Amino acid sequence: MTQLDPSSPANPEGHTPPKGGVSFYQAARGWKSWVFTLDHKRIGIMYLASVLVAFLLGGIFALLVRLELLTPGKTIMSAETYNRMFTLHGAVMVFLVIIPSIPASLGNFILPLQLGAKDVAFPRLNLLSYYLYVIGAVFAIYSMITGAVDTGWTFYTPYSALTPNSVISMTLAVFILGFSSIFTGINFIVTIHALRAPGLTFYRLPLFVWALYATALMQVLATPVLGITLLLLIAERVLKVGIFDPAMGGDPVLFQHFFWFYSHPAVYIMIVPGFGVISELIATFCKKPIFGYRAVALSSIGIAIISFLVWGHHMFTSGQSVVASMIFSFLTFLVAIPTAIKAFNWVATMYKGSIWLATPMLYALAFLWVFTIGGLTGLFLSTTATDVHLHDTYFVVAHFHYVMMGGTIFAFFGGLHYWWPKITGRMYNETLGKWSWVVTFIGFNMTFFVQFIMGAKGMPRRYYNYLPEFGPYHSFSTVGSWILGLGFFLTAYCLLSAIWKGKKAGDNPWGGTTLEWHTSSPPPLENFLTEPRVSGGPYDRT
Amino acid sequence: MTMPSADGTIFLPPQASTVAVEVDTIFYFIYYLCLLFFLLLGGSALYFLLKYRRREGGPEPVPISHNTALELAWSIIPLILLVIMFAWGVKAFLNLSVAPRDAMEIHAYARRWLWEFEYPDGNKSIGELRVPLGRPVKIILLSQGDPGGNVIHSLFIPAFRVKADALPNRYNTLWFQATRLGEFQIFCTEYCGAGHSDMLAKVVVMEPDGFKKWLDGLNRPPEGMPLAKVGEELFTKFACVTCHKNRADNAAVIGPSLIGAFGRTEGLADGSSVVIDENYLRESILQPAAKVVKGYQPVMPPFQGTLKDWQVTALIEYIKTLKQ
Ligand SMILES: [Cu+2]
Ligand SMILES: [Cu+2]
Repeated sequence: MTQLDPSSPANPEGHTPPKGGVSFYQAARGWKSWVFTLDHKRIGIMYLASVLVAFLLGGIFALLVRLELLTPGKTIMSAETYNRMFTLHGAVMVFLVIIPSIPASLGNFILPLQLGAKDVAFPRLNLLSYYLYVIGAVFAIYSMITGAVDTGWTFYTPYSALTPNSVISMTLAVFILGFSSIFTGINFIVTIHALRAPGLTFYRLPLFVWALYATALMQVLATPVLGITLLLLIAERVLKVGIFDPAMGGDPVLFQHFFWFYSHPAVYIMIVPGFGVISELIATFCKKPIFGYRAVALSSIGIAIISFLVWGHHMFTSGQSVVASMIFSFLTFLVAIPTAIKAFNWVATMYKGSIWLATPMLYALAFLWVFTIGGLTGLFLSTTATDVHLHDTYFVVAHFHYVMMGGTIFAFFGGLHYWWPKITGRMYNETLGKWSWVVTFIGFNMTFFVQFIMGAKGMPRRYYNYLPEFGPYHSFSTVGSWILGLGFFLTAYCLLSAIWKGKKAGDNPWGGTTLEWHTSSPPPLENFLTEPRVSGGPYDRT
Repeated sequence: MTMPSADGTIFLPPQASTVAVEVDTIFYFIYYLCLLFFLLLGGSALYFLLKYRRREGGPEPVPISHNTALELAWSIIPLILLVIMFAWGVKAFLNLSVAPRDAMEIHAYARRWLWEFEYPDGNKSIGELRVPLGRPVKIILLSQGDPGGNVIHSLFIPAFRVKADALPNRYNTLWFQATRLGEFQIFCTEYCGAGHSDMLAKVVVMEPDGFKKWLDGLNRPPEGMPLAKVGEELFTKFACVTCHKNRADNAAVIGPSLIGAFGRTEGLADGSSVVIDENYLRESILQPAAKVVKGYQPVMPPFQGTLKDWQVTALIEYIKTLKQ
């Protein structure tokens, strides 16, 4: 166990601190107990609910996009509607779902528990983050729909500048969301520094905490660039100084630099928390400490640092200087090393383990396979010569869906199943969980694997219409998306039905070792009845 | 097993340029490395899963904290492979970025939503780029001539493995040397709005003699062909079909339908009206913003200076044949 100190008076029975008491759900009741709550657990649950609603929305947009692509030319909607649809899908999924998914929902709920803390360092700021997220989300969807934004989630100028004003209100929405992200980041950094239980040194932290720490650093450092971009856009509109608009002497490619300076680190803001979840799952379900703990912990920080220096790999065909492209290519390859180290360490942890194939572990395995494909296909895109051919084709679409969906979303689902008994106190139906996983896994690979092939063959992305030769790939992918949709539906039913039908889970159904498993499910308001003391590594079992 | 091939593979389109061979070789080098690492990682995961599955009364797990030699190995070996990938990629990238000095220069102008090409003798073609076989060709790209404001486009020729963005404020270039006769697809790969996926064109690789003859032929209409028939071909070639309905099976709605248009009285955006005759059509092709039909956006690019008189006449003759 997170070796609790047996000599401490707080742990009278050796490894087991006192548990019981009323759960945080019972500690207060009524709508006010949610809306004005300062409890990180309730805020985490509110985030979770909001993220899942956004995920449903983004998923519906995705299914509509794929349905339109079932046949070439018009299937169900016009080109204009299609362009708005993929913009909504991308923006909702990136800004409202994937970025906040793991850190803001699971992170909020689990982080203080894993630290043995009563709450995050700044509970009020935490609530403010949540409301900023809600305001930003509503504002984003409102401005996209009323402004008929059809720019794609990347908002490239000068195309986006032609849609009057909507790009500003959209960036403003993203800016508000950014502040939510920055506040959560600051909160987590301070919490991790200041509120660790006695004896919980940095190298005794669970790897999920390390991952959240690296993510928080990136959120705090990268997001302000988005704010600067917004100010420049406004300055250009109001003061008529040419910054991005070529009609006023500006440079549209400069926008791409700004955008990717934020959005590339954002890619790691999206995936690094997933790495953390996977480490927890593999440690628990293999019943072993993570192989090469320090390497896995520090590689998250390594990724965070390098991620700031690679943005130009999105611009190899933009006319950027050849030397710049070479440097960005090289730095991009460097990110592959810490990522590869993690993958090898996870697999090595399975060696001589005692592997329990429960649903969370299935998601961890799916992550290992699918994320490996996503990561490896990134090599084709970091290599300058092959990227020229593959850039802006479906190969890229497939690549980032393997990373973002197969990576982050599978890790998120794995984490949800893993911590569901801790959050709700109830166990989901394991058989249903496994079947949902099977359907999701098959649907995912059907939808996206063919996209690698058609992309390499030359099918450009963001196309409403396509040549007949690409027809079979598109139809196959669309059918895959229906199976994937069914998988999500089953997963949602599996988790939600557990709340009213599930058996009582018990405090530690998986035999987890980290601190959250040392308190009741669901935890009491103060998380722990007595402050835990720690004297060993996070995954030790002696 | 799949290997780079001139006729294309399950992943890659046919190779039709000198750089394609090297790009494909790198592609497959990376591909097999990826396959190897995927099998190594994914395969070991699967093997461990089956071997160390938790069983009643099975062995207790053995905690192993780390193994420095192993960890160094899986950091350093990938690093070496990545450096090879990087260096090889850069070598080919320099090759495909820097055009030979003696390359023939062709300007490419991108606008929503068509490609226009201007040859060294000043002749232009729309929707098709004709080039001689075996000669380096440098394409100088610019986004221009769009009445609604120029946006970024990108010229992509899969069979040549080349791509470059067309920017509004700066020239960008790409080059290739075609190694095969025939027609190859051109796509626009930078999202540019409603007609993005119809912003297509063809590269036609010709014998050098045939290319010279074709270029010369641009100066006058083809002989022995009715003008309306010539116009019909131009209507597709110049991408008029992307926005204007000319047949029942064309669903284009961005511009007004031309079926039965000739002789019709049309309401204009400024409230006045006009009878569609030869001169209105001519003006609408050369300066479309002058009299925009009510209910449509002034997005059509002007063709003044792009089309030759005989081409305009042929288009008008064709439009006259479009009856209800
Ligand atoms: Cu990137
Ligand atoms: Cu375009």
